[in-house]
Amino acid sequence: MWAWLLKRLGQILPTLLVLSFLIFGLQQLMPGDPALILAGEERGDPQVLAQIRAELWLDRPLWEQYLHWLGNVLTGDFGFSWRIRMPVAELILQKLPVTAQLAIMAFLIGTLIGVPMGILSAVRRDRLADWLANAVALFGISTPNFWFGIMLILLVSVQLGWLPPSGYVPLTEDFWQSIATTIMPAFVLGTNVAGVLMRHTRAAMLTALSQDYIRTARAKGLTERVVVWKHALRNALIPVVTLGTIELGRLLAGAVLTEQIFTIPGFGKLVVDAVFNRDYPVVQGVVLTTALIFVLLSLVADLLYMAINPRLRQA
Amino acid sequence: MSTTVATPASVERGESPARRAVRRFLRHRIAVFGLAVIVVFVAVALLAPWIAPYDPVQTSWTAIRKAPSAAHWFGTDENGRDVLSRVIWGARASLMAGVVSVLVAVAIGVPIGLIAGFAGGWTDAVLSRIADAMLSVPFLILAIALAAFLGPALENAMIAIAITFSPVFVRLARGMALDAKSTDWVEAARALGNPPWRIAVRHVLPNIIPPLLVQGTLAIAEAIIAEAALSFLGLGQQPPAPSWGSMLNSAQRFLENAPWLAIFPGAAIFLVVLSFNLVGDGLRDALDPRADRR
Amino acid sequence: MRTIIAAALALGAATALLTGTAQAQPQQQHLRIALREDPDILDPTLSRTYVGRIVYAALCDKLFDIDEQLRIVPQLATAHRWEDPRTLVITLREGVRFHDGEPLDAEAVRYSLMRHLTMQGSFRRSEINTMESVEVVDPRTVRIRLKEPSAAFLSQLTDRAGMIVSPKAAEAMGRNFGTRPVCAGPFRFVERVAQERIVVERFPEYWDAGRIHLNRITYLPIPDNTVRMANLQSGAVEFGERMEPDDIQAIRRDRRLRVVAVDELGWQSLQINVGNGPRANTPLGRDPRVRHALELSLDRQAIVQVVYEGAYTPTVQPLPPANPYHVASLRPEPRNVERARALLREAGVTTPLQVELAVPNNPDLRQVGEVIQAMAREAGFDIRLRAVEFASGLQAAQRGEFELWLVGWSGRVDPDGNIYSFFVTGGGQNDGRYSNPEADRLMNAARAELDQEKRKALYEQLLQILVRQDRPRLFLWHRKNIMVHSARLTGYRPVPDGLIRVQGLRFE
Repeated sequence: MWAWLLKRLGQILPTLLVLSFLIFGLQQLMPGDPALILAGEERGDPQVLAQIRAELWLDRPLWEQYLHWLGNVLTGDFGFSWRIRMPVAELILQKLPVTAQLAIMAFLIGTLIGVPMGILSAVRRDRLADWLANAVALFGISTPNFWFGIMLILLVSVQLGWLPPSGYVPLTEDFWQSIATTIMPAFVLGTNVAGVLMRHTRAAMLTALSQDYIRTARAKGLTERVVVWKHALRNALIPVVTLGTIELGRLLAGAVLTEQIFTIPGFGKLVVDAVFNRDYPVVQGVVLTTALIFVLLSLVADLLYMAINPRLRQA
Repeated sequence: MSTTVATPASVERGESPARRAVRRFLRHRIAVFGLAVIVVFVAVALLAPWIAPYDPVQTSWTAIRKAPSAAHWFGTDENGRDVLSRVIWGARASLMAGVVSVLVAVAIGVPIGLIAGFAGGWTDAVLSRIADAMLSVPFLILAIALAAFLGPALENAMIAIAITFSPVFVRLARGMALDAKSTDWVEAARALGNPPWRIAVRHVLPNIIPPLLVQGTLAIAEAIIAEAALSFLGLGQQPPAPSWGSMLNSAQRFLENAPWLAIFPGAAIFLVVLSFNLVGDGLRDALDPRADRR
Repeated sequence: MRTIIAAALALGAATALLTGTAQAQPQQQHLRIALREDPDILDPTLSRTYVGRIVYAALCDKLFDIDEQLRIVPQLATAHRWEDPRTLVITLREGVRFHDGEPLDAEAVRYSLMRHLTMQGSFRRSEINTMESVEVVDPRTVRIRLKEPSAAFLSQLTDRAGMIVSPKAAEAMGRNFGTRPVCAGPFRFVERVAQERIVVERFPEYWDAGRIHLNRITYLPIPDNTVRMANLQSGAVEFGERMEPDDIQAIRRDRRLRVVAVDELGWQSLQINVGNGPRANTPLGRDPRVRHALELSLDRQAIVQVVYEGAYTPTVQPLPPANPYHVASLRPEPRNVERARALLREAGVTTPLQVELAVPNNPDLRQVGEVIQAMAREAGFDIRLRAVEFASGLQAAQRGEFELWLVGWSGRVDPDGNIYSFFVTGGGQNDGRYSNPEADRLMNAARAELDQEKRKALYEQLLQILVRQDRPRLFLWHRKNIMVHSARLTGYRPVPDGLIRVQGLRFE
């Protein structure tokens, strides 16, 4: 078990290395010249462009740029944002907690609504509760976040005046105010997660409930509650864990549109601004961070698979 | 719920598995309803030139953002175009973007996931880390790079969507393969000397079909909305040609003043996604070898 | 499920009770301004974005300012005088202090101007590169020598190039000055959280403190227009800048809000590739008659009506009506599809003529593209639209990978800033590579001419060539800055540059 864990953790570094190389390649394929953007109104002046290129190593061969960047990263220096001249590490540390708070709130809302709704739906199959749960879940998935977000703001903030329409207050500054500024975006994101998890939980529960051992359990006279919660649910969890970890990863990678609507200064906005402005050091830093999140989450998923199905531990 | 144990009824009747599945599906009234809605949408898309009341790109500067009326059932948009006609024509791009890109994503993701889960070891490590890495590349970068190389065409948008969606299917298939691999019956099959591919196709694939159906039908919604984001970056359907996603996008400016611009394409997406999900549920039941006992 | 929703609503209500009081009643004389974008670095030398200037209006005073009629008026300077066409003498206001308590004297002015001119990565250099030297005559007087006569120079000192920073702070902070700017404006910097807020507070020792009534200003970047509106309507902010024309109606109905629409300084245009690479080799790029036909196929008033509720001002020239150099006789020709077709025939073009139009990927300009497409089709143009994201577009423009491009400019006070680099041979923003020696001569003469009447005549001659003869760029409209504020706020002075000047603002 420990050896397995070590092996998995050992895979992180090579993964990030290969990915960073790929991103470097993709940046070359992308149209748009960082020097042109940075030069602004002086972009007609070749001297200004040359000066910018020299400063940012853009006039060197690709491999030299890459090794230079890699060398710095290995000493813990992720470079600085070309656009706003802030260290990349500082930017990421500034935005990540905001997105993490939003992501965790959204994920909690999503799981706490989605999973019970899926179970209920499977147990009460083809009854009113099942119908309603499905309709709500699918509505949550097919409704674009910007629409839902703006509708919430118009209703809750403008009509009812209950919550501030946008903005963000850090948790450390004022706990309740912080929750007040993030609850609406978390709800918008959470409904998506809830929809996905509800549909997967329902399908998996239906499959599990029709398995032989469930019938055996019932035949043995176990109560329905034990059958559902102990036996069926456990076996239904694999796809729910898969999707749950992916959805959490996506939330942590930043939800651009929702952040934009609610003016939350998170990771998503950072990524989009960096890509649109060809602010490559920031793009690299952000992609590596997200990759780390996804690799760790897929490790978590595998650990959960083993917890669900002990036989997998031997494999 | 009946608790009759032992042989499924169909086997007694000596029915082929395919016929059995069709019979079960048709018995599922909701699923048939879903299928009917999809058929209607496909027909609408194919017959668009004949059934759309107006030309979907014909502008009218005197009828800007008019509310639904007898002449324009769904109202008119910001350029005075008939929203109903645009929803009808938009079905083409949106159904293509939604369905084809998801099918391609499934076709890429599921075999890779099955191989990873079933082979284990280094194969699994490499394939899984590639999937992790793909999940972490921002959609925007891929979209902008592809837009520059492939140019604005709907097919290219579908490629971009399929690439970004495939890692989810890799992970899903892998997780189910891992789980199935450890069951008694797969171990028994292996002990009997069945080759791995046959075990994968015979025993593992049927097990992963339910979650695949769920994920596939859900991803359609995401793909339809993603197409609009791409068309905005110069990939996918270009204006003035309509797609539901881009209609929703341009409606964003008028959510308060002209809500019908968002409601009708939004409702179309909801209906299509709902129908595919209902059909997915029906298929799941039809293919479940134990479902007949209900 | 039901209980969960109920719980969520209860939680919402509880937090609303906790926060409601803080939100509904703003602190005494605390103004919250919703910005359309997040400003870039707050260093007058290094900053690029328009929106940053709105924050500078509170933080950094300039040597000169402009008034509602675009006249240059003194601010940190009290007077100026041209000793000869290349020598400008500026007299400074007495008793002015920076936020760090240092005195603002001639040496500080010399330091700031040289910093703008020489600092690596300065975005002011191109604005004041005619400057040769700055001399300190006495603590209240500086003399600026120019390399050549420049009529636009003084107007540059009404914007960021005229902002004076504390030399002590600038030396101490170096390139990081923008993280804690120290200027001589009515408000001093308190804190900034990127993409979240910028807070400034009243500077008690401001030289004109009598006209400052606010205690604190918070700038909040809120990019989504609907959300900016929601913040205004719910009282979470008291001022919103650059709102959309669609909102004017709703605001007029709301008694708690006031709307002011001011003509801006800039323009929106269709740039045509007339000489940049192979893509210029099209009937549209080669033949002014084809460009004239395209222009005749467009109804500017209708475009503005359809997309902007008629709020913007149709135009054929780069100088808005508020500009003293605006040529009143140059007005949009009425749409004439017949003549457009005739011109195309005369040019020997087989219709439909295929043209690709690149449009920025923002919703209203994309709609403009669709309207242009529909209008031009009737005259025989088959326009294909291509949505381009900013950075890709910039590169495509530079390389000449375009035929027709929808592009705008935020505008400058002096006419030179709205014309020169877009039309002069080799100009920095002349991506279509237009070149006409006669036009070059007129542009260079006009930028050196200090006599306003003579200068006006030169621009009139120039514009005849640009917009009536060669047509390398078709000007479409001048935007309006639509500003919305709380009815309780008084004293807002609308100036065409769209800045929010804080002098005189107060809550009743």
